[in-house]
Amino acid sequence: MAKRLSVVDNDLCVGCQCCMFACARRFAEGGLAKSCIHVQSAGGIDKGFVVVVCRACPDPPCARVCPTDALLPREGGGVHLDHDECIGCGNCVEACPFGAIQWDGEQNKPRVCVYCGYCAPHCPYGVLALEELEEAPHDRG
Amino acid sequence: MTVDKLLERVLYVDLDRRSFHVEQRPELFEEAIGGTGVAIRLLNEECPEGADPMGPDNPMIMTVGPMVGLYPLASKTVAMFKSPHTGNLGESHAGGRSAVALRMAGYGALVVRGISNMPVYLVINEQGVEFRDASALWGMRSSYTVGSVLREREAGSGLRSIMRIGRAGERGVTYACVITETFRHFGRLGLGTVWGNKGLKALVVHGKQSLPVADRRAYRRTYDDIFETLTESSLMQKYHELGTAMNVLPLNEMGALPTKNLQTARFEGAEAISGENLAEKYLGRRVACAHCPVACIHLATLRTPYPSEPYFYKTQMVGYDHEPIFATGSMLGLDEVNGMLTLLDEIEVQGLDAMSAGVSLAWATEMLERELISLDDTDGVAFTWGDAEAYIEGAQKIVTQPTDFYKALARGVDHASSIYGGQDAALAFGGNEMPGYHTGPGCHVGYLAGARHSHLDNAGYSVDQKVAQKGNGMTPSELAETLLEEERWRQVLTSLVICLFSRNVYDPDTVVRALEPLGFATTESELRDIGARILREKYAFKEREGFVMDDLRIPDRITQTISPLGHVDPAYVREALEAYRKGL
Repeated sequence: MAKRLSVVDNDLCVGCQCCMFACARRFAEGGLAKSCIHVQSAGGIDKGFVVVVCRACPDPPCARVCPTDALLPREGGGVHLDHDECIGCGNCVEACPFGAIQWDGEQNKPRVCVYCGYCAPHCPYGVLALEELEEAPHDRG
Repeated sequence: MTVDKLLERVLYVDLDRRSFHVEQRPELFEEAIGGTGVAIRLLNEECPEGADPMGPDNPMIMTVGPMVGLYPLASKTVAMFKSPHTGNLGESHAGGRSAVALRMAGYGALVVRGISNMPVYLVINEQGVEFRDASALWGMRSSYTVGSVLREREAGSGLRSIMRIGRAGERGVTYACVITETFRHFGRLGLGTVWGNKGLKALVVHGKQSLPVADRRAYRRTYDDIFETLTESSLMQKYHELGTAMNVLPLNEMGALPTKNLQTARFEGAEAISGENLAEKYLGRRVACAHCPVACIHLATLRTPYPSEPYFYKTQMVGYDHEPIFATGSMLGLDEVNGMLTLLDEIEVQGLDAMSAGVSLAWATEMLERELISLDDTDGVAFTWGDAEAYIEGAQKIVTQPTDFYKALARGVDHASSIYGGQDAALAFGGNEMPGYHTGPGCHVGYLAGARHSHLDNAGYSVDQKVAQKGNGMTPSELAETLLEEERWRQVLTSLVICLFSRNVYDPDTVVRALEPLGFATTESELRDIGARILREKYAFKEREGFVMDDLRIPDRITQTISPLGHVDPAYVREALEAYRKGL
């Protein structure tokens, strides 16, 4: 069964960015250039935070606008990026209504969640969890 | 040591010419690590001897370190400048997102030279610096509004730091702070004053870089070990749960909580302003600095009814910590929590250092009681212990300075008491107003001898508490050596730059182990040598600018009000200071 990352509860987020750093550390490097997660304040830190990750859509709009089929729908939901095919046009970033596709300015390529779940244990507040995708994708929260 | 190519980039900004350039300075970071170590080198390069802190020659330096962006709790920026408050070494640290943002923008250090002929704010990113007109932001009543305007106007949401000053910095209050991410501060020694004088209203910094490491496998393993200790062990628990406000009750119980201008060290209202009570009744949200899982930033919910309109409320978040609680609570005899939070909020609006502001208002209250000043001096404000409204008005008048008295108070209690008298009760150490501990001789020797005159220089308050527990005192030279050793090691931590709250997690072994995968092969003794050298360099700057240990004023009040270790003996303090000076 395919998995996806889910945001359990934004209100638990303290804005520490540990998930973002963890995502970049998958490549055993520091910094944030390779992070696929974005956390920002909900209009000032006093209002709390919004955690943006790929929802693994069953019919992903980002894949539909990719001119080179570098971004292909994954079975069960979500996408897979073929870096070699990607020309860095940025259409996918525009197409995602959640802003869940990040941009790697160093490589001029998008960064999309690979649903590995490496970030989740690095969130000490349980905001993120890796979950199995259910059969009926339209019922997903 | 070797360093990564991003860290060694120093961004030089010239406000006179509105120009900038980047220099690769590997030698700086190889020899002095980053943070404090690099900042004092740059200050020595940039600041001519005898420079006027309010003149064009006073530089504004910010540095980060090799661990920032790579390890958790390496989350602080060091600012260095000549302090308009003390006229000597100015060094102030802040968290928020400033450190990670500067590192991610691709710089290890920022040097701002000169004075702008009009108010500006700067946007700093991977491409360099953009100069923006800040004349419409200048004079705005609230520092909060400046933050919201820049948040809407500028890019980099989620990755940026928005640092700004309030009107206190614009109007030359010598203890104006720089506010970052609304609830963190470069609080002490007047960094905000330097910005105001330069016409620099704000800095917006953002970026998103990769930081490669030398040993990828060891990096991930070491990271996870440290992360687990930070999140699973009890070492960070107090910061994590109640935050620094958990100090209020224990300090009060041992008789070490400065109260009513330290006329006593126990506060009858301590329960109300305690971390426990605030957490139970007011805590609205906890937030974190960038790359810190601990989340020690505690925000209280302040709900204020509008007097003119029924069923209308203003609901705000107000940050609290031990030091602001001491300065606006016990020190002012204020135990009405809504009043204390409203005062803290006003201090935030104005962009004042909460500690210096609270201590200044406490001294003014005592001066009014002793009739050394009159209501004419205070512009009619009758400062009375526990009267929040009077103190809110006082905080505003420190900024607007309607009388000569407020003009003097806007330069701190050392200066004001040199004009109006009451030096015995003017609680400043090396010109810097006191922190919230009266634990014994250790804390006071620490404030006096520490290079920043801060409780965080050498944690004398902690030495006192250990002495109290063990029951055997220290000789002045033993105390001096203990404080010196701590202050030397802290130069290493603040050069890396690691939050001092995690000093028990980042012990020397862990620091050496964490640096290795980054390509920094070093040893504990090498680091300790560097720490000792950095402290000597800071002291050399202080002495060049006229600092003399023997000239330090010991406020009589600290010897009169009993501490948990009995009455503080001024002769003992002098002897310890002399030993400290020799030990350097």
